[in-house]
Amino acid sequence: MDFELMITSFPKLLNAAVITLKLLSVSLFIGLFIGLLFAILRLNKNIFLNRFAYGYSYVFRGTPLLVQIFIIYFGLGQIEYLRSTFLWVILKEPYWCAIIAFALNTGAYTSEILRSAFQTIKPGLIEAGKSLGISNKIIFYKIQIPIAIRQSLPAYGNEMILMMKGTSLASTVTLMDLTGVAKYIISTTFKPIEVFIVAGSIYLFMTFCIHNVIKFLERKYTFNS
Amino acid sequence: MKLLAFGKTGWGDELFYATLMTIAVAITAMLIGFLFALIFTPLKLSKYKSLNLISNFYTTVIRGVPELLVIYLFFFGGSGAIMYVASIFGYFEYIEINAFVTGAISIGIISGAYSTEVFRGAVQSIDSGQFEAAKVLGLTKFAQFYKIILPQTLRLAIPNLSNVWQITLKDTSLISVTGLVEIMRQSYIAAGSTRDPLFFYSFAAILYLLLTFLSMKIINRLEVKYSRGY
Repeated sequence: MDFELMITSFPKLLNAAVITLKLLSVSLFIGLFIGLLFAILRLNKNIFLNRFAYGYSYVFRGTPLLVQIFIIYFGLGQIEYLRSTFLWVILKEPYWCAIIAFALNTGAYTSEILRSAFQTIKPGLIEAGKSLGISNKIIFYKIQIPIAIRQSLPAYGNEMILMMKGTSLASTVTLMDLTGVAKYIISTTFKPIEVFIVAGSIYLFMTFCIHNVIKFLERKYTFNS
Repeated sequence: MKLLAFGKTGWGDELFYATLMTIAVAITAMLIGFLFALIFTPLKLSKYKSLNLISNFYTTVIRGVPELLVIYLFFFGGSGAIMYVASIFGYFEYIEINAFVTGAISIGIISGAYSTEVFRGAVQSIDSGQFEAAKVLGLTKFAQFYKIILPQTLRLAIPNLSNVWQITLKDTSLISVTGLVEIMRQSYIAAGSTRDPLFFYSFAAILYLLLTFLSMKIINRLEVKYSRGY
């Protein structure tokens, strides 16, 4: 055990963890909106919108995240037309490519979580709202969404942890996130176990934090049970 | 389509073999995972706290740390560890482990952590009356487990194991960083030499979709088979 290496690499890895957290929070934020949009499309009666949303989630959940990042980072740059538009400003940055891939990926999973949450709401609650003369819009915002959020919290917590692990793939498109820096230190010092322990503990600490925040929210939003 | 031709002019046959390699790695990893689950599930359900701790440590660490980091640990640390063990037995030559073995073991350990959780949940959700009934019938411990408990566990575990299989299948793409030529690595090579990454990575995505689609079909059949009588 090389404890000196563990101590000297700790601040470097901690700095890299900031990039991991940035990637995670931005992509989860965008992914939540994508997920909500596609969950609503999935519940729509229009068969084309419905199929489209299903296809989106099927493709993004059925292929590895690595393929998605590579298509966006290496693949899209190949289209001449895209290079001339303003989109190229975003797509030439590995940071934004990674975020687009992560957001689309987590969006697909989130849409499934939210869809099943909306579907498990008891029809009696919506009927109760209707019989009180509340408009459909308010029923959606004041009854369906809060219940769906509570229903989907445990599954969404898992998704957040999966996404945190997913951000490690940013290191494959030259971003120096926690895994990227860990790999760099391993390949220069050839001390994989020490670096794994330090980097792994940082990841586990983040997992622990997410887990507890979700637990706290679950308790907060559980009524009269 | 010319790019996908078989033989020397296209990448069709290379990608075909790469797909077989992905399937081989995924199945090997899944089996290694079952082996780990077979060891760690009883530990998890044991009444001894220290055994629980070992098993919980394994599943928490592996499920809380990115797969890529685990793969790097085995990729850079694997041959070192084996050489260390060999040096105890007086063998000091350089030993290199095959990329397939490294990949299958590291993905297998990850898949094992998920399988352990699935089996634990399945065993726990079996009614305690079943255990008691098996005991009352005077069956041996072996028969109790294999004839009464295991068939019921399988029925409960198959839907969740199919999720583990999907995760394992998709995780095999990460082994491409170690240089093993599976779908992802082959697409990377093809994209590099033809300068057509969009086509090859999209094709890789289609191959993965095909694999997940086909495996779902097979798993659904198994599910029907094991839920007979329910």
